[in-house]
Amino acid sequence: MQRTPAGSAVPALELSGITKRFGDTLANDDISLSLARGEVLALLGENGAGKTTLMSILFGHYTPDAGSVRVNGHALPPGRPRAAIAAGVGMVHQHFSLAANLSVLENVMTGTESLWSWRSARADARRRLADIAVRFGLQVDADALVADLSVGERQRVEILKALYNDADILILDEPTAVLTDQEAERLFATLRDMREQGLSIVFISHKLDQVLAAADRITVIRGGRVVAERRAAATDKAELAELMVGRTIERPVRAPSRPGATVLQARGIGIERLLHDIDFALRAGELLGIIGVSGNGQSALGQLLCGVRRADAGTLTLFDAPFPQGDVDALVSLGVGRVPEDRGSDGAIGDMSVWENAILERAGQSPFQRGGFVQAKAARRHAAELIQRFDVRGGGPDHRIQLLSGGNIQKLILGRSLHAEPRLLIAAQPTRGLDEGAIAAVHERLLEARANGAAVLLISEDLDEVMRLSDRIQAIVKGRLSDPIDTEQADARTLGLMIAGASIADASKEGATHAV
Amino acid sequence: MELLEILASAGLWAAVLRIATPLIFGTLGALLCERAGVLNLGIEGIMTFGAMIGWLTVFQGADLWTGVAAAFAAGMLFGLLHAGMTVNLGLSQHVTGLGITLFASSVAYYLFRLAVPVAGTPPTIEPFQPITVPLLSSIPFLGSVLSSQTAPTWLAVLTALAMAWLLFRTPLGLAIRMSGENPEAAEAQGVDPVRIRIGCVMVGSGLMAVGGAFLTLSAFNSFFPTMVQGRGWVCIALVVFASWRPGRALFGALLFALFDAYQLRLQTVLGGVVPYQLFLMVPYVLSIVALVVMARRARVPQGLMKPYIKGER
Amino acid sequence: MRFERRVERTAWLALAAPLAAVIGAMVLSAGLIRLAGVPALSAFGEILSNAFGSRLAITETLTRATPLMLTGLAAVVAFRARIWNIGAEGQLYIGALAVAALGTTLSGWPGAIAIPTLMLGGALAGALLLLIPLLLRLRFGVDEVVTTLLLNFVAVLFVSLMIEGPLKDPMAFGWPQSVPVPIEAELPKLVERTRLHIGLLIAIVLALIVHVVQSRTLFGLRSRAVGLNADGARFAGVRIGRTLILTGCLSGALAGLAGAIEVMGVKGYVTTDLSPGYGYSGILVAMLAALHPLGVVAASLFAATLFVGADGMSRAVGVPTYIADVTVALSLLTMLVALFFTQYRVRR
Repeated sequence: MQRTPAGSAVPALELSGITKRFGDTLANDDISLSLARGEVLALLGENGAGKTTLMSILFGHYTPDAGSVRVNGHALPPGRPRAAIAAGVGMVHQHFSLAANLSVLENVMTGTESLWSWRSARADARRRLADIAVRFGLQVDADALVADLSVGERQRVEILKALYNDADILILDEPTAVLTDQEAERLFATLRDMREQGLSIVFISHKLDQVLAAADRITVIRGGRVVAERRAAATDKAELAELMVGRTIERPVRAPSRPGATVLQARGIGIERLLHDIDFALRAGELLGIIGVSGNGQSALGQLLCGVRRADAGTLTLFDAPFPQGDVDALVSLGVGRVPEDRGSDGAIGDMSVWENAILERAGQSPFQRGGFVQAKAARRHAAELIQRFDVRGGGPDHRIQLLSGGNIQKLILGRSLHAEPRLLIAAQPTRGLDEGAIAAVHERLLEARANGAAVLLISEDLDEVMRLSDRIQAIVKGRLSDPIDTEQADARTLGLMIAGASIADASKEGATHAV
Repeated sequence: MELLEILASAGLWAAVLRIATPLIFGTLGALLCERAGVLNLGIEGIMTFGAMIGWLTVFQGADLWTGVAAAFAAGMLFGLLHAGMTVNLGLSQHVTGLGITLFASSVAYYLFRLAVPVAGTPPTIEPFQPITVPLLSSIPFLGSVLSSQTAPTWLAVLTALAMAWLLFRTPLGLAIRMSGENPEAAEAQGVDPVRIRIGCVMVGSGLMAVGGAFLTLSAFNSFFPTMVQGRGWVCIALVVFASWRPGRALFGALLFALFDAYQLRLQTVLGGVVPYQLFLMVPYVLSIVALVVMARRARVPQGLMKPYIKGER
Repeated sequence: MRFERRVERTAWLALAAPLAAVIGAMVLSAGLIRLAGVPALSAFGEILSNAFGSRLAITETLTRATPLMLTGLAAVVAFRARIWNIGAEGQLYIGALAVAALGTTLSGWPGAIAIPTLMLGGALAGALLLLIPLLLRLRFGVDEVVTTLLLNFVAVLFVSLMIEGPLKDPMAFGWPQSVPVPIEAELPKLVERTRLHIGLLIAIVLALIVHVVQSRTLFGLRSRAVGLNADGARFAGVRIGRTLILTGCLSGALAGLAGAIEVMGVKGYVTTDLSPGYGYSGILVAMLAALHPLGVVAASLFAATLFVGADGMSRAVGVPTYIADVTVALSLLTMLVALFFTQYRVRR
């Protein structure tokens, strides 16, 4: 294993023309980038832009359809993590690659010794791990079970794993997504240390603050392509936010709203460890957008409002009566439409037909049921109506729903709720994983519902989408909601600051100064 | 009181070790499979086949250890079949295992019937003889218990210790545990979870078969249908009870055998009063209780029963 | 080599799978038959002629198929909802025992009342037995595979206890068997002087009913949803616990009914060898039928043909009867593989 000495002209890492397709989606489109020795490079982009796919290819989890990877000048055989590890590449995954039931030491040691040894050299490994931990300031109890560690500690183990394997190129995928502010500070101090010691680092993020503070260079990725490269010193948050988010396809435009009575109200809602003191109010004919990075409590909020979960604290009112928590039937009969965050597992049952999925949540009501018997004809007719009205393509009522593309499944999910003319629509990450055309269609429907007088709650991590669709916006960070801002008074910069981890008070203050 | 006197008899404890032996092998075998991430419900059938083939090999003139080896080899073949279906093809581990149990048992009966046409009493062979260990046999009480054990029983205990060493002190054992906890993580660190799973299922099934062979080569000396009597399922329950640790599996098997041996002796004491069937039910009911007790507490290998498909994250 | 999920599942593939499975199993069994020194084709020929060669043979085959249909249906109902009910054998025995126990109290009642009552009793007993492992699963998270299996042994021991004790037939000479079912409660024969009884019709009707329930009722839709994707079902408002319990009870009831009908139609009393593994064979039958209730009728006929035919074949040609069990078990394994290839295509 040859390592190029520091200061050498050969780049530590060189990706050329990487292209990768998953089914219909082009995740990486001819991406090329390079990383110099001792440099910290940030890959910036929104969720779904293709950053993780790119790094997974580098690390050997996937094989690219085209393109090559060179580490320290030598070609890296694709598709084998072992080869990447041997070449000195270490990856700290976003969703940790750890066995919860094993200890820190065991997680680190896996795969490091020959499988034919009679005994594991634990004492040596322990010593080596301790050395590395001290060298980089990553203290962890080697015998602790990973299941008992905090998220920050688990990340430390992930990093230690990479360093233990003599990585001198470290890839970190969204390293601060689940860290507290202090833990993030510590991490960046560690990264600075590592750079001093000769490591080269790539980190993936969408947090503008951190990217600017920690990186030397920033590559912006959007829609699977590299759109820009900047030196950190030569750019600012505003420019990066715009580069990250820019769109070209025509999206529907929002007409001014005329909000009616309050439909849904939350006061002090809390779910243990996930949501704290949530307040919001939603009126008929209004679209409230809740913007935030994944993992800040949106899933729990979405589940609560869709009736699959209960709150531990606070009050929630719907149409001036207590919200029927955990009672899906009641919600559906009250006229609440729900679009779940996880289309694949919650939104549809893949092996069932389109018509069965179309009516399942209403299967107990007539005309879909009579005397305990499913009225398939009525259901099929209903499904055909939905298909026609909501432009669902790829299959008829009798086809298995998993044959349809994600966008079409989403159109059906949306359609089955909208067709019933709901008074409240909960849409959680409705455009996640969809192509441009499907996104535009979904947006149109959401605005249409709003125009028809429904109250719409949109939970999203797409800044642009929230700004285009919402009348008012609240940011969710670490389980807390900011005060609402009128969209007219907000801009990408303010919101980017709010969701990127600046304290809510600061962000609201900034928003307030603009609101004047 | 007679009930306590039973506990004091060396005969009881000697029986405990004997009864425990097939359970130890079976539980260790199932444990190894599950540690790697595969639930092997073929155990009942594999034990049955092991019992048959071990006996048949000896009946044809081979020595006892060759019989044990034959059982191990046969078990490995069934393990290969199971792994091919569940690891390579990702088929349901539940249904595949049940299918193999039914297949292995019926093939066992078939081959046995071919080799030994129906006669009055099934033919017998010379089983393993008890081994006297020079130093140990002089210890009072314990000595007589240990001196009435056959070689396979010692082998069972050694296997438990060896497996504990393997799983917790060797790199291979760590790779196995990682494959059963998080195969994607294992793969990311250069371990091949597919090969590990196949290997473990094969060796584990071999052990199960040896457990069955004990029944015909040591405990009894002939083979008859339904002789395994659900021991395989008890072993599956014992794996949970042992929290997937070989040392505890050994303990669990012994504890279980104690109940079984005790109940046998209790029958002679209370037989007139309490129907014998109630005694016979004890092992099965206990197994269910063990499962319930351990249900929430056990640290299940997180990757158990989740098929691993490379390239999907 | 890689496996790629097929997009279209054509009907012919669905029919080809069980056919391929059966042929594959028979080819593999042929090897074992050869070991017995008998040409495979002639052995299979003997099996067929023994199963269908005479009027008596046909009725025997149909009689043998009846309990298989019921335990097969029990497995279909459960497995579709991902309830791994392997306890059909025990539920069968409990159902049989219930009939024996209730039968004495109903003696003197006319058949039209006694028969349905006893059948209901047997079904109820079977349902209750499965309820135990099911509740253990819902409440404690205990996998029902092992608990249902272990309960099989407990159930048979319990039956043994009862027929040697309270339910013992005082008139039987030595061999333990239960008090017989009263004459009025015996199921009428379909064909005179044979063992074929109306249980066959009951089983076929039940297969139709299960099919209708699964494919056309609200309960069937919900039950299927839970089995396919519990999260999606929960999101759509299906009460998971309630659905699982109802489905489980239905499965246990069918198995219990198998025992009841065997006693009322064939044996007349309960012994510990009432069932030569019908509960387990039912699982094989269900898988061969690709979990389709109507397919269960065909698959149980297939299995019964093998079982009945092998008895006679073994007397005629000397191949041990177990070859039938081997072939049926093999067809489960080959069926699993065949089903896999209806869903996946091989790619280099």
